[in-house]
Amino acid sequence: MSEYRLEMRDVVKTFPGVKALDSAQLKLKPGTVHALMGENGAGKSTLMKCMFGIYKMDSGEIYYEGEKVDITDPMNALNRGIAMVHQELQPIPARSVAENIYIGRYPMKKLLGFLPVIDHEKMFKDTEALLEKVHMNFDPKQKLGTLSVSQMQSVEIAKAVSADCKVLILDEPTSSLTANEVEALFTIISELKAQGVSIVYISHKMDEILRISDEVTIMRDGQYIGTWNSKELTTDLIITRMVGRELTNLYPKRENVPGEVVLKVEDFTSIHPRSFRNCSFELRKGEILGVGGLVGAQRTELMEAIFGLRGHISGKVEYKGEELHIKHPRDAIQKKIALLTEDRRATGILGVLSVADNISISSLDQYLRAGIVLDNGKIEELVQDNKEKMSIKTPSSKTAIRSLSGGNQQKVLIARWLANSPDVLILDEPTRGIDVGAKYEIYCIIADLAKQGKSIIMISSEMGELIGMSDRIMVMCDGRVTGIVDGKNATQENVLAYATQFE
Amino acid sequence: MEATKNLNSKRIKSFLGNNAIIILLVAIAIGVGIARPGFFSGANIVNLMKNTSIRYIIALGISGCLITTGNDLSAGRTVGFAACIAAILLQRADYSDRFYPNMPEMPLWLVLIIVMAICSIVGLCNGLVVSYLKVQPFIATLGMQTIVYGICLVYTGAKPIGGLRTDFTNVANKGLFGTKFSYIFLYAIVICAFMWFLYNKTRHGKYMYAIGGNENAAEVAGVNVPKTKIKIYMLASVLFAVAGFLMAAKSGGASVNTAQGYELDAIAACTIGGVSTTGGIGKVSGIFVGVLVFELLKIAMQFMGVETSYTYIVQGLVIIVAVAMDIRKYLAKK
Repeated sequence: MSEYRLEMRDVVKTFPGVKALDSAQLKLKPGTVHALMGENGAGKSTLMKCMFGIYKMDSGEIYYEGEKVDITDPMNALNRGIAMVHQELQPIPARSVAENIYIGRYPMKKLLGFLPVIDHEKMFKDTEALLEKVHMNFDPKQKLGTLSVSQMQSVEIAKAVSADCKVLILDEPTSSLTANEVEALFTIISELKAQGVSIVYISHKMDEILRISDEVTIMRDGQYIGTWNSKELTTDLIITRMVGRELTNLYPKRENVPGEVVLKVEDFTSIHPRSFRNCSFELRKGEILGVGGLVGAQRTELMEAIFGLRGHISGKVEYKGEELHIKHPRDAIQKKIALLTEDRRATGILGVLSVADNISISSLDQYLRAGIVLDNGKIEELVQDNKEKMSIKTPSSKTAIRSLSGGNQQKVLIARWLANSPDVLILDEPTRGIDVGAKYEIYCIIADLAKQGKSIIMISSEMGELIGMSDRIMVMCDGRVTGIVDGKNATQENVLAYATQFE
Repeated sequence: MEATKNLNSKRIKSFLGNNAIIILLVAIAIGVGIARPGFFSGANIVNLMKNTSIRYIIALGISGCLITTGNDLSAGRTVGFAACIAAILLQRADYSDRFYPNMPEMPLWLVLIIVMAICSIVGLCNGLVVSYLKVQPFIATLGMQTIVYGICLVYTGAKPIGGLRTDFTNVANKGLFGTKFSYIFLYAIVICAFMWFLYNKTRHGKYMYAIGGNENAAEVAGVNVPKTKIKIYMLASVLFAVAGFLMAAKSGGASVNTAQGYELDAIAACTIGGVSTTGGIGKVSGIFVGVLVFELLKIAMQFMGVETSYTYIVQGLVIIVAVAMDIRKYLAKK
């Protein structure tokens, strides 16, 4: 027996035009938490997809419990005891929790002694036991769609546990969890670890990594950089090795000077009783207003309502002295308000369309000749201009946006809004799922926009970013604005205190 | 040496893969042309082009719906309805069984506009139902298909309409300046140019692709989604009207069953031509290739003396094979 549960050697994987993995490797010891780190596009997810049989390696070897294996597809991986909780969950919302867990391997019984049917009773009972094991208590018969994102994630983990896995891959499991839920997850992880399960943990959150992992493997540009014992590492060391250069500042210096009030929101209340209510705040010219709060604090809902994506029953918005009546996003855009949405994939990018189309879609009126014909030359100018200014990495302006990395997609979307020269930019989690290097670039863009006199609202769940970038921080809890903290006096503690001020 | 050889064979492979449908097309034509020399006769080619032109106009209409992940199953019935109205309004004054015995003769262009106006109402209804009632396009237009058929039955009394004016049938049978260049081609070319312009050079086109690419994102980006969709469905119906007008002229008459089921051929042709059913992708040129494959195949089988019953089986197979080949281009390699 080798000392490793699973070993990947010299893995090479190319996609058309990109070498995603280049002699990558990973060595997993039994009963450890192994963090896999790297910037976006470093190849972490790709490597895991090779391990889980979603992708086929071009070359390379996988040894499982000392034996060379060929993992052909996810079912094959599951049968061997390798389970994966994906970054993007793929649940079936209309079916029950139990069915989601046991899909594809339902417990069977023989009806009348010969007819194989699903043993629902056993399935529900097993699910109950399983959920208990991961400290969740919901009804196995509940439809999955009625759960929150974090609860769905717990179901995914329960599913992995139910397969009696020996290797569990968690791809950014905490990106949509609240602090309490993260704690619950960590408890489960340590229990699994004690049972001898090897856990691969992919995350961008340094504090988590340093807290729960035993070993850290760092990747860069599809290559293996090294594996270290977590005790030998610090945040700075990890970042330096991930980026391949020293990062001196996490946040750029801000030179913006907040001026007069441009946007005044008063007593804004959602049409849904459990969403935001009686929210009032002001935004100044050239100001970065951070919006903090726990997941579910209704920050996104509030901002989307101001932008005309959601309804409100009462309250008003005053903008440059006049009252706004926004019913659709296009009304807001006309008033020079922009919203960079939280979920890039669902409400941001036009996946199959080109970078040029994605940048220009909101500002097509500006490129018309004779009021009808689109001037492709002007659009190309816009693309090249932004490509340079924001250092967007794309092979050409005709490339489909979905083939770019998350950070570059985000830059394209920011460019889309800037093409309209907005005065107010609402940025909802602008750096979510973006690697360290690109994050800094986006911070610089934000700081620069504020300096130009644009007013910025930045929703963020990352405390560091919120404190590091905001002039003021508005904190929400359970649909209400519970406090506004001056950026200079903001600390993790006082922001959290407001964020947990439940009624 | 070895490397360049590899590179060349790779290139040839990818060329073959990317142009499989066109190669298939040329192969069919050459094969049938050798076996049956009459295949390349002027009359046959003109006939092929006439069929292709009308089908192409229908396919172009439906393409906008498909690109926005919608559909228009009322296409065939709308074409038929348009054909009936056009035929009724353009019967000879001395025809004994005239629908409106005392109606004065109207100029062709006026009738075309009337037909387009009436059909655009069908498209407007489709667009409104899809955009505001949020009924899935498949179902909404399935309902409309039946409604249009019903209206057509009520209006015509299920009687076939014949005795068309010669100036009307000449639209299909005579050509420009006395040549074989039928007016039908002219219509198709003008419409093709218009659609290409619309899809590639206007805001409407960009909005259409954006909605197909990601409807929610398009809305956030400020696209007026309902308005764009209503325009798309209306334009589709207007093109069906033109196709119906030309069909009546070409066949010298119309009945309630004219163009029945044409929407399915049009959807198949679009899909063969690279219009993605998941939205956001589709080219005017690709759709032409798709329609041509279909019509060429039909005529080729006629020429080879294949029994009509068998042609359906072949057509069905071609749809599946062509789309399967085409989809290879877009499938991400795993």
